[in-house]
Amino acid sequence: MIAALATPRGLITALLLLVLAVLPLLTQAFDQRYLLSIGTRIVIWAIAAISFNMILGYGGMVSFGHAMFFGIGGYAVGILAHHGVASGFIQWPVAIVAATLWAALIGALSLRTRGLYFIMITLAFAQLVFYVGGGLEAYGADDGLNISRSRFPGLIDLRDKAAFYWLCFALLCGTLWFCSRFANSRFGLVIRGAKSNELRMTALGFPVFRYRLAAFTLSGAFGGLSGILLANEGAYISPAMMSWVKSGDLIVIVVLGGMGTLFGPLYGTIAFFVLEESLKPLLDLVAKGWGEYWQIVFGPMLVLIALYARGGIDSLFGSSKEWRRHG
Amino acid sequence: MVEPLLAATGLIKRFGGLVATDNVSIDVQRGEIHALIGPNGAGKTTLVSQLTGNLRPDTGTIHFAGRDITHLPMHARVRLGLARSFQITSVLREFTALDNVALAVQAHAGHSFRFLADTRRDESLRGPARRGLEEVGLAARADTPAANLSHGEQRQLEIAMALAGDPRLLLLDEPMAGMGVEESQRMIGFLQGLKDRRGMLLIEHDMDAVFQLADRITVLVYGRAIASGTPAEIRANAEVRQAYLGEDDV
Amino acid sequence: MDYLLLQMLNGVQLGLLMFLLAAGLTLTFGIMDLVNLAHGSLYMMGAYIAWMLIGWTDSFVLGALLALPATFLLGIVVEAIVMRRLYARDHLEQVLATFGLILFFNELVRVIWGPAGKSIAVPAFLSRTVEILPGVPYPAYRFAIIVVGALVAILLAWLVARTRIGMLIRAGASNRRMIGALGVNIELLFTLVFGLGAVFAGLAGLMAAPITSVKIGMGDDILILAFVIIVIGGIGSIKGAFVAAMVVGQIDIVGRAFLPDLLKTFLSASAASSAAPAISQVLIYIVMAGVLVWRPTGLFGQR
Repeated sequence: MIAALATPRGLITALLLLVLAVLPLLTQAFDQRYLLSIGTRIVIWAIAAISFNMILGYGGMVSFGHAMFFGIGGYAVGILAHHGVASGFIQWPVAIVAATLWAALIGALSLRTRGLYFIMITLAFAQLVFYVGGGLEAYGADDGLNISRSRFPGLIDLRDKAAFYWLCFALLCGTLWFCSRFANSRFGLVIRGAKSNELRMTALGFPVFRYRLAAFTLSGAFGGLSGILLANEGAYISPAMMSWVKSGDLIVIVVLGGMGTLFGPLYGTIAFFVLEESLKPLLDLVAKGWGEYWQIVFGPMLVLIALYARGGIDSLFGSSKEWRRHG
Repeated sequence: MVEPLLAATGLIKRFGGLVATDNVSIDVQRGEIHALIGPNGAGKTTLVSQLTGNLRPDTGTIHFAGRDITHLPMHARVRLGLARSFQITSVLREFTALDNVALAVQAHAGHSFRFLADTRRDESLRGPARRGLEEVGLAARADTPAANLSHGEQRQLEIAMALAGDPRLLLLDEPMAGMGVEESQRMIGFLQGLKDRRGMLLIEHDMDAVFQLADRITVLVYGRAIASGTPAEIRANAEVRQAYLGEDDV
Repeated sequence: MDYLLLQMLNGVQLGLLMFLLAAGLTLTFGIMDLVNLAHGSLYMMGAYIAWMLIGWTDSFVLGALLALPATFLLGIVVEAIVMRRLYARDHLEQVLATFGLILFFNELVRVIWGPAGKSIAVPAFLSRTVEILPGVPYPAYRFAIIVVGALVAILLAWLVARTRIGMLIRAGASNRRMIGALGVNIELLFTLVFGLGAVFAGLAGLMAAPITSVKIGMGDDILILAFVIIVIGGIGSIKGAFVAAMVVGQIDIVGRAFLPDLLKTFLSASAASSAAPAISQVLIYIVMAGVLVWRPTGLFGQR
């Protein structure tokens, strides 16, 4: 591991993690509360991206509906909170179980299909969840619902922004650890092998569908966790958190950062948020008042990335000596 | 009467109006090399695909070691001891040769719902994988990405992967395709060494190899098995000579 | 009874609009193997361009007619600049690039025409009712949509079944590599198919506009419905797209029409009206899931 730190990738990643680890201290020192909020969302989205990468990057399963798990996790917490069940000890497990079950169901239906069908079906199911969320008048329908944060009496107060941030950061570290083990585990190899040559894997004796379903379900569970955290970050749930645009953003993040790599999704998340925040003022500099139309630049940027920069940010660091680990 | 290792009876497979497999019955005994020959388009690969489970026959049954596997999915047949190599090399190109064989070993080592342990340190997978590579002569290329192996080496890797699970029956689809004379001879010797405990069904176009290796030969023309017997019988068979051997420059 | 008939006609009208949108999409998917998320943007651009031209010419028919070649041109330009480079790529790259196009077009529309929605008035000569059955009046404009939609469907069926280009389309949908081997100018074929899809999408957009209004992102939600239709019907199959569009149209409209009353029996009025559209969408997705379980490649798709 020490040897890994000596590489540019290692150094930069270590630096990023260090900054993230002490972010609340930094934002307090420089009196930039707003930055802590963004930082929290970056960390939460990074958790989602890293776990999504398991199926997208390593597994080659292009799911265009991953944001639906945000919605399920968030709404489970929000609905329970709304009905007086404030304890996180109850809310969070329920939300994760809900996301897991839904992922298993959708996965079982969708993974029987290939290619274009799979992309569109996952998108369609995500829209289904989106419409259901928007149709629930009792929980705010399209406008969403303000909720109170989950309570963990005696353990942690989530209203304390720094404490909440560190909880998210700890979960990020856990996700990174899990993903690093996953990549070279037996399970991970089956998933990566199936991406490389599915017929070959079946001919070796692997029931590929079962493993893909497990990966999809696992990824969905993490997505649910991200939804729980997002709901608590803003103390708010709404269908917008699971719109197809969010699913698209997640794909952009993973590809931008470098698919099938451990830290790629982290780079991608940071880059995405930085881009979002900085394109506006940059455009304003170039053409006054044009800042609000930043997507007119962002859109073509995505086209260019899709065409010419598929390796993502991670590939800028050169090929890793342990190329095997990155599939 | 020794029960055959593999017995397919009355297989019929149609693609629209085309009858690719026309009421074919074929069997393979333990310890024998059974060669399947025939002109291009005769339906050899289609037949093998039905035996491995890649395709479902319209009618007919397939038995393996006494068990009816006609409706068993491919991966289940492989777990029972039926292994296959492909006509067009099909390895995991981004993985090293060692990784490829290790995965093949892993497929037969229980389930793979293990999320934490690092397979690169798992000697129960790496050990047999290294031995498998040695057997086919690829030990020196263990850490080379499969995509960077020469064509002949990739064919060898295919065989190593097929052998990794210690299969009872090997279905080899043109294992010597694209190989030079020396490489082919080595492969022939290698395959002969394997036949001891296993049965083999071999699709090949290289007639020298076929007559060197085969204990039995079945000739497939337009989806029909027109003849089946020892190499001597096949060589003498007039219909076969006319349909197939006559066109070939033996 | 009359009410049911009216709603079913509305379902036919929606179905035909959706067919226009889905037909181009299924051809693009089937022949060029291209995931085009930006198809909804072409629908939107058709509506906006029509709004602009109708404003200039002060005539609905003239504006609409001029909007068609304009949308065709837009389709050709998009194909030449972006789509052409995506054919050889894998689906993820196509998703990413066309996602970027959606963002671009939504913002472009905002820059050119502003954030507020526009409206196109139903033309005077169609602002009446037609007696489709004695004593049953039906809005003439919606009836016109049905007529135009049906004509286009027949035209497309004729094109695909009886012309050389149609034969190439059918061949391409069932075996992409073969049409290359036939010595056909593939680039030209792809460009034409894409342009055709763009015109249909634009036509659907401009015809829908007087009913649904013209706004940013109007194509995005309806695109998802088009995807569902294609999945149900089978990628590459125009017949499948037609059948599926008709079915979906009926479920959507008839569902929306009758569900609120059904729901009001045990829900509050406002809860019922919130839930009803969601439930009719849910029904559509259940149908899709059912079709997939039975036939993973859609009703008429390639096995």
